[in-house]
Amino acid sequence: MTTAPASTATTVLEMRDLSVSFPTETGTVSAVDGAALDLAAGEIVGMVGESGCGKSVTGMSIAGLLPGSARVTGSVRLNGTELVGARESALRRVRGREIAYIFQEPMTSLNPVLTVGRQIGEVLQVHERMSRRAAHARAVELLTLVGIPSATHRVGAYPHQLSGGMRQRVMIAMAVACGPKVLVADEPTTALDVTVQAGILQVLRDLRDRLGTSILIITHDLGVIADIADRVVVMYAGRVVERAPVTDLFARPYHHYTAGLLSASPKPGRHASTARLAEIPGLVPVLSTQPDACTFADRCPAADARCRESAPPLEVAGDGTDHLAACWHPCPPQPREANR
Amino acid sequence: MARYLLTRAWQSALTLLLSTIVVFVGVRALPGDPALALAGEDRSPEALEAIRRHYGLDQPLPVQFAQYVERVAQGDFGVSIRTGTPVSSMLTTALPVTVELSVLAIAIASLLGVGAGVLAAVRRGRPAEWFANALALIGLSVPHFWLGLLAILYLSVATGLFPASGFVPLLEDPVDNLHHIVLPAVILGTGLAAIIMRQTRSAMLDSLSSDYVRTAKAKGLRPRAVVTRHALRNSLIVVVTVVGLQLGGLISGAVVTEQIFGLPGFGKMTIDAVFQRDYPVIQAVVLLTATAYIVINFFVDLLYSVIDPRIRVTGNPA
Repeated sequence: MTTAPASTATTVLEMRDLSVSFPTETGTVSAVDGAALDLAAGEIVGMVGESGCGKSVTGMSIAGLLPGSARVTGSVRLNGTELVGARESALRRVRGREIAYIFQEPMTSLNPVLTVGRQIGEVLQVHERMSRRAAHARAVELLTLVGIPSATHRVGAYPHQLSGGMRQRVMIAMAVACGPKVLVADEPTTALDVTVQAGILQVLRDLRDRLGTSILIITHDLGVIADIADRVVVMYAGRVVERAPVTDLFARPYHHYTAGLLSASPKPGRHASTARLAEIPGLVPVLSTQPDACTFADRCPAADARCRESAPPLEVAGDGTDHLAACWHPCPPQPREANR
Repeated sequence: MARYLLTRAWQSALTLLLSTIVVFVGVRALPGDPALALAGEDRSPEALEAIRRHYGLDQPLPVQFAQYVERVAQGDFGVSIRTGTPVSSMLTTALPVTVELSVLAIAIASLLGVGAGVLAAVRRGRPAEWFANALALIGLSVPHFWLGLLAILYLSVATGLFPASGFVPLLEDPVDNLHHIVLPAVILGTGLAAIIMRQTRSAMLDSLSSDYVRTAKAKGLRPRAVVTRHALRNSLIVVVTVVGLQLGGLISGAVVTEQIFGLPGFGKMTIDAVFQRDYPVIQAVVLLTATAYIVINFFVDLLYSVIDPRIRVTGNPA
């Protein structure tokens, strides 16, 4: 259903028409519908949307990490190799070595009863067949790489002995241990203090610059996107509704949902402290089937009969070839004022 | 770590002293006069007085207690009022039987219970789980004495595979000893295995759905490593707690099994002593049971701190 973007020779990850649904007691729930995405080498792509819009499910499905009950269709190719429907043993070789993950809550995502050195070393022992001793030595280097001071000492620490920011750095060290091509960071800064967030984003940017890792950063925080991403994918109710280079998207959103998101986040100097932030009325729908209609129509200020009768395709919007939106009635310029 | 150990050792010692006092006072609060029980036909006041003096029963309680503690510290639990044999020698024959039976039973129960529990959690919603659950239900609901009787009937009497009763000390003939004790240990172990299985299963279901297991999978670890190194390791606290409690209970609770298989163990000794108001024996039995619990608990706490590093720091199982 999507137009493939101008794919360059260096595309590492190619996602096409990815759909995910879960059978539940009350029927099937559709979580992702026809998502498409490209990650070029060394590129940082931000995926943004409200809770429940399917962005985490999309991230998890890349390396087949969803529970066995999930029904995944479509295609995810890593350097041309298809991952959807691949054998578990093949996926195991990809996970941690070519595609690595960082999760939201570093406290619960680390095993409380193993030292951080052991947890980092484990990846190297599995994928690089390192001895335990060699893996331990490498773990110290990795901890230093992600900016943990006195790494020789900290390598023997347990997760509860470290601060939240340090734990997330440990997660990152673990993720980049084997020099993965793709790093999926699912809300990596959400659970952290604002002051710590900046440090974590800096570490990710450094890794991209030094190792050439492509990063898919999943977040609901537009500040994080503005700070780190090269390109942005906006998701709503399981669908990609807009995709653009980060500056284009902030300067000129085409989809009304994107416009709503932008005006719902604070901007210094604007409105001073008098006005309330704009909110988007209504909630993200939970869908049992993906309707042939715009899923945002019920909350959209510009929706008409057409929006409820057929789903708008993700098409090139405006002048650029790399700005795409799925909307029958794209926002007029200066959308932030237009949107209430 | 050293401080945690020291604290726990001190707590254990204090508990031991308290239980000694409770045992001492409790036995004396039992209805019935031991002098009367001993006197038999001759219940003249002079005879009763003589008996009381002989066993120190005429002394005030605190004095009796002090003398008691002093003797116990030297390994002297007194002399059985009923048989006149030293309690310590009764213990040296009865205790090894029960300890061997308990340890063997708990080993069987742990292997079976943890194995089935992990399997049931990993294979959730599949035939393997239903099978494990059904077995556990049977293990829990079928009484041991009945299972024991069946085993004797089919495996001893009918086929002669195992001896129906009796005991041979381990040091005398290890093979014959095992031959005698395997059947009762298996019978005793199956019921315990069911409880361990249920607890292991629920703890494993918790850990398997945790974030760190997701991380372990995302690292590309094999399912075996994910289950054992990550999920099971975090479930062990629960397992160790259950096994510890059960082991303590076995020391005094294997009575029925001991009776059925004719094992001259601790449980039988306890029952006899209670029925005959044999104070020195009851005291020794209760004190030893309490000590067993305290020692086992101490080791369980020690294991906690080995399993979970967070306990070493806070000093509390969090």
